Amino acid sequence: MSGSSVAVMDAADLGRAITRIAHEVVERNKGTEDVVLVGIHTRGVPLAIRLAARLGEIEGRPVPSGALDVTMYRDDIGLRPPGATHATHLPFDLGGKVVVLVDDVLYTGRTIRAALDALVDFGRPRSIQLAVLVDRGHRELPLRADYVGKNVPTAADEAVRVRLAETDGADGVVIARGASPGPPGPTAQRGPGAPPPGPTAHRGPGRPGGDPLPARRGTRA
Amino acid sequence: MNKHLLSAADLSAADITRVLDTAAHLASVTDRAIKKLPTLRGRTVCNLFFEDSTRTRISFELAAKRLSADVINFSAKGSSVSKGECLKDTAITLEAMGVDAIVIRHGASGAPWRLAEWVDAVVVNAGDGTHEHPTQALLDLYTMRQRFPSFDGLRVAIVGDVLHSRVARSNVLALTTMGAEVTLVAPPTLLPARVETWGVTVSYDLDAVLPKQDVVMLLRMQLERQRAGFFPSLREYARLYGLDARRLDAMAPHAIVMHPGPMNRGVEIAADVADSVERSVIASQVSNGISVRMGLLYLLLGGPAVVEGGQRTEVLAASGSGSRPEGSAR
Repeated sequence: MSGSSVAVMDAADLGRAITRIAHEVVERNKGTEDVVLVGIHTRGVPLAIRLAARLGEIEGRPVPSGALDVTMYRDDIGLRPPGATHATHLPFDLGGKVVVLVDDVLYTGRTIRAALDALVDFGRPRSIQLAVLVDRGHRELPLRADYVGKNVPTAADEAVRVRLAETDGADGVVIARGASPGPPGPTAQRGPGAPPPGPTAHRGPGRPGGDPLPARRGTRA
Repeated sequence: MNKHLLSAADLSAADITRVLDTAAHLASVTDRAIKKLPTLRGRTVCNLFFEDSTRTRISFELAAKRLSADVINFSAKGSSVSKGECLKDTAITLEAMGVDAIVIRHGASGAPWRLAEWVDAVVVNAGDGTHEHPTQALLDLYTMRQRFPSFDGLRVAIVGDVLHSRVARSNVLALTTMGAEVTLVAPPTLLPARVETWGVTVSYDLDAVLPKQDVVMLLRMQLERQRAGFFPSLREYARLYGLDARRLDAMAPHAIVMHPGPMNRGVEIAADVADSVERSVIASQVSNGISVRMGLLYLLLGGPAVVEGGQRTEVLAASGSGSRPEGSAR
């Protein structure tokens, strides 16, 4: 990988962020009754399992979590080669539930739009909330997260790479500057016209490398 | 994976695994409140059937509809084909109407290859004469994978009218690609010429082969394609090559019975064997067919439709256009 990369969260930061989000979920919903977690493949799924475990510890009762694949609901089907699919497993009825969608990086919002479409095909939740580990900005749709682990302002051609022990061997979040595009990945949050990013990459829209890098602003929103 | 699916020989082990994995991920759609995915909205799939079919046509139609594609069903009966229109003109007509995929079943071996030369649409072979039926092979492999962890060394016997069977040809190609050990069992008159080049074991003795198999796949006696006396009588055939309760008992306890359908009960398979809940997976084959065809349609049609120059792009790293495999019956 060319270019530099900056660590923005280490394993301890990641654990604290999940703990804080868990407390916010409990506070917002006055407990965890009717709360179910739905992780979006790939890295949203282990994050949802961790968040469910933390919620269980806080409230002393288990919170169910499931896995959602949004590949078949994406708005870029037909614009790029068909993406790899994953198993969707929602071991609960969504009707009347408070669904907390969980994903690693919130970027353009297109993955979340696809997830909202997918969820309503399973039933009619009472409400849907969104939890993300990193919000990197650059939304292309009118969506926002209810729970954010860390706001990380980024330039469009930087890549936010989330690593989790379950999928990548270790926990951490880095921002890669001027990173070369890796092989196409299922979890990639794709900007329109961008080259296929690597498995963990969340790259900027419409800049297939080469552009001079705009200076990245501070690390705090 | 190629642009079209013409032959099971066009599929690498990785392609087959990808189709089966995608199918497995899509199978749960049946359990949802809304049994439909928006994936192929705005795409049109034409089922172009020159031969009669129940399960294959309905299976393709359901698969396309579950992916929200528009479906046109064309059967030769009641179309301009009965006025003498040839395949090429039918193809040009469909192309002019803007179909994205053509699923073709035709009595002439090789017809899908000709069709693929004439149209830009994706062509899927749903059975051409006595040649190939690749989606049947894929759904058969999917059904086997539900019961067995790996194809490596899996012992599969394909029994019956191999000579006229497109199911047998496609299964042999796909199973050998995946590393299975295939044995063909038939009377000598119902084995094709040069079957020794297929990379399979051949036997005339079903009773000797049965106990060693993990999968026993029976083929339909295709009387409508047989033009000569290949065996003295159906009764004799059933006695020598039919799977009855006695032969079922001779199979390994874990072994399964498959049949692509439609069955001739009492000929290649006894009724009580076909209906055996523990051993027969024939009903699963039918339901799996929908998931497998959904997976396939997604992989073939879920990519970019047209690039500059009007050519459809290759879905994945291409390995050239569909090549004719060995074992073509004509």
